[in-house]
Amino acid sequence: MAVVFEKTKYLTDKVFHYCPGCGHGIIHRLVAEVIDEMNLNGKVIGVAPVGCSVFAYDYFNCDMYEAAHGRAPAVATGVKRVVGKDTLVFTYQGDGDLASIGTAEIVHVAHRGEKISTIFVNNAIYGMTGGQMAPTTLVGQKATTCPKGRDEDWCGKPIKMAEMLSAVPSSYYIERCAVNNTANINKTKKAIAKAFRLQMEGKGFCMVEVLSPCPTNWGLAPTEAMKWLEDNMMPYYPLGVFKDKEAE
Amino acid sequence: MALTLMKGSEAIAEAAIRAGARYFFGYPITPQTEIPEYMSARMPEVGGCFLQAESEVAAINMVYGAGGTGARVITSSSSPGVSLKQEGISYCAGANVPCVIINVMRGGPGLGNIQASQGDYFQGTKGGGNGDYHLLTFAPSSVQEFIDLMMVAYDKAEYYRIPVLFLADGIIAQMMEPVELPEMVDFKIDPEKKPWACTGWQPGDDPEKRGIINSIYIDTESLAVHNDELQAMYKTVIENEQQWEEFNCEGADYIITAFGTVARIAKSAITELKAQGINVGLIRPITVWPFPYDAIKKVVAQDSVKAVLDVELNEGQMLEDVKLAIGGAKDVDFFGHCGSQMPTTDEIVAKILSMKEGK
Ligand SMILES: Cc1ncc(C[n+]2csc(CCOP(=O)(O)OP(=O)(O)O)c2C)c(N)n1
Ligand code: SF4
Ligand SMILES: [Mg+2]
Repeated sequence: MAVVFEKTKYLTDKVFHYCPGCGHGIIHRLVAEVIDEMNLNGKVIGVAPVGCSVFAYDYFNCDMYEAAHGRAPAVATGVKRVVGKDTLVFTYQGDGDLASIGTAEIVHVAHRGEKISTIFVNNAIYGMTGGQMAPTTLVGQKATTCPKGRDEDWCGKPIKMAEMLSAVPSSYYIERCAVNNTANINKTKKAIAKAFRLQMEGKGFCMVEVLSPCPTNWGLAPTEAMKWLEDNMMPYYPLGVFKDKEAE
Repeated sequence: MALTLMKGSEAIAEAAIRAGARYFFGYPITPQTEIPEYMSARMPEVGGCFLQAESEVAAINMVYGAGGTGARVITSSSSPGVSLKQEGISYCAGANVPCVIINVMRGGPGLGNIQASQGDYFQGTKGGGNGDYHLLTFAPSSVQEFIDLMMVAYDKAEYYRIPVLFLADGIIAQMMEPVELPEMVDFKIDPEKKPWACTGWQPGDDPEKRGIINSIYIDTESLAVHNDELQAMYKTVIENEQQWEEFNCEGADYIITAFGTVARIAKSAITELKAQGINVGLIRPITVWPFPYDAIKKVVAQDSVKAVLDVELNEGQMLEDVKLAIGGAKDVDFFGHCGSQMPTTDEIVAKILSMKEGK
């Protein structure tokens, strides 16, 4: 029988602990497949965040770090400065991790033009700790720390990291994608592949933001969650390329 | 070898480079900014990396990243900056990442001042960050001793897989002293010697050797095993790594305990007291963790010893360890200043005289 599909060797055999319908599993596979297709011969080091993907070091089948909450970009900086241009160094971070506690670290890897790539999984919520408000939680969206919905007057409007980091002079390539349907999943993979390729070409900081569902903490069934993402997140967080110095 | 007159901070930085450090991450803060300044010029000359981080939080996490590849890494700061590093230090300890951290202590709490202090003894020896961990903590009292300890710091950090902390007061960094600098060691990352490091594992390689730099052990049992392993390592550090200096202790009537540059002032006071016919000894911990409890206990247990005076440039922090060592066997008095006013020879002499008179 012909082999029509094989799981990428850059994922371990460990069973994902993610909830049904969670976007993390899809995004893990895209990242691992891109690494596999690049034939890096082990020259790849990933940095996991604190969040639902805290155990990413158990899933990505390469050298891995588990960083303190929000500090993955600083950890990746230390790694990259040692291993140099021949090794792919990436961070994988949630929105609480990257857009709240780790804002200084992410802004400054962009500011230094650090030659690392960041996969930013935006699910508009603190997944791991049980659904508290994130800086990315939409106005009106309910969370356990804003039970009546996010109040703009009290907490401001959700932060747009792709747009913000594009304004940093030394960031190189920034795109926002989503994993809501097959076409967008394919686009996400292409964006990750581009970010990783640019890093290996010695270009500056690249980030792919991925809008991703958290059915569990949104209180929705997996299919409803995809629809909620399309109806609510995508209008506020438009998909597209926000910065591409290669194309300029 | 010839002696060179060097400023403490520069000599310390050069020693780190000669010990094999090739990655420095830090953020400017007085009174140790000369260390990053020196590193910024010197690292490129030896093919190393100097990077000014956006904060001390970032700097220590860069150390965690670089240290996890097996490289020799260093960061340096002063008290408020070292407070910010505590999160990352705890992660380095939890993930067994060898590294060297320098704290050139200044007055506190809070922003305090920029003068010399020993106010971070508690932080440096009792934790600082979260969890059950220790750092191998050196408290050098001269620039030369700092250099000599730096030359062995990485070997020890790597052997035990423990972060090493240098707890120094601002005086050491700021003073000029004639020093002898050792030869450059020839250090290269050796994946064979560091199978735990992230050095380029790929699928198909021995799964045991995949680099995983991590401090999370989510189930109770595996965290217990991890902590047991850490504690077993700390036990061997306690058994093998205690260092201290004894000065004029044999048959002394009084014993002074002090660390860092304060111990040098204590020595001057002891010489002066000797001229007045009063026999005083000094015991100076060189490692403040592991603390030389038994050595202090033994010296103080001598029949000749009437009482102990602990002198520090703080409000009495090592004092607690000294008391633990002595266990109530003899009276322990304290003399110290905060606000970074160095205790003087005259003050220490006067204090011993007043103890003698039973005041
Ligand atoms: C210093 C620190 N503060 C708080 C926490 C608790 N914490 C763990 S995960 C998390 C939020 C993670 O949310 P996000 O980054 O959005 O990831 P997700 O779980 O949604 O993928 C928080 C607050 C922590 N581990 N460390
Ligand atoms: S809580 Fe949300 S983000 Fe976390 S695994 Fe479940 S669905 Fe995914
Ligand atoms: Mg989230």
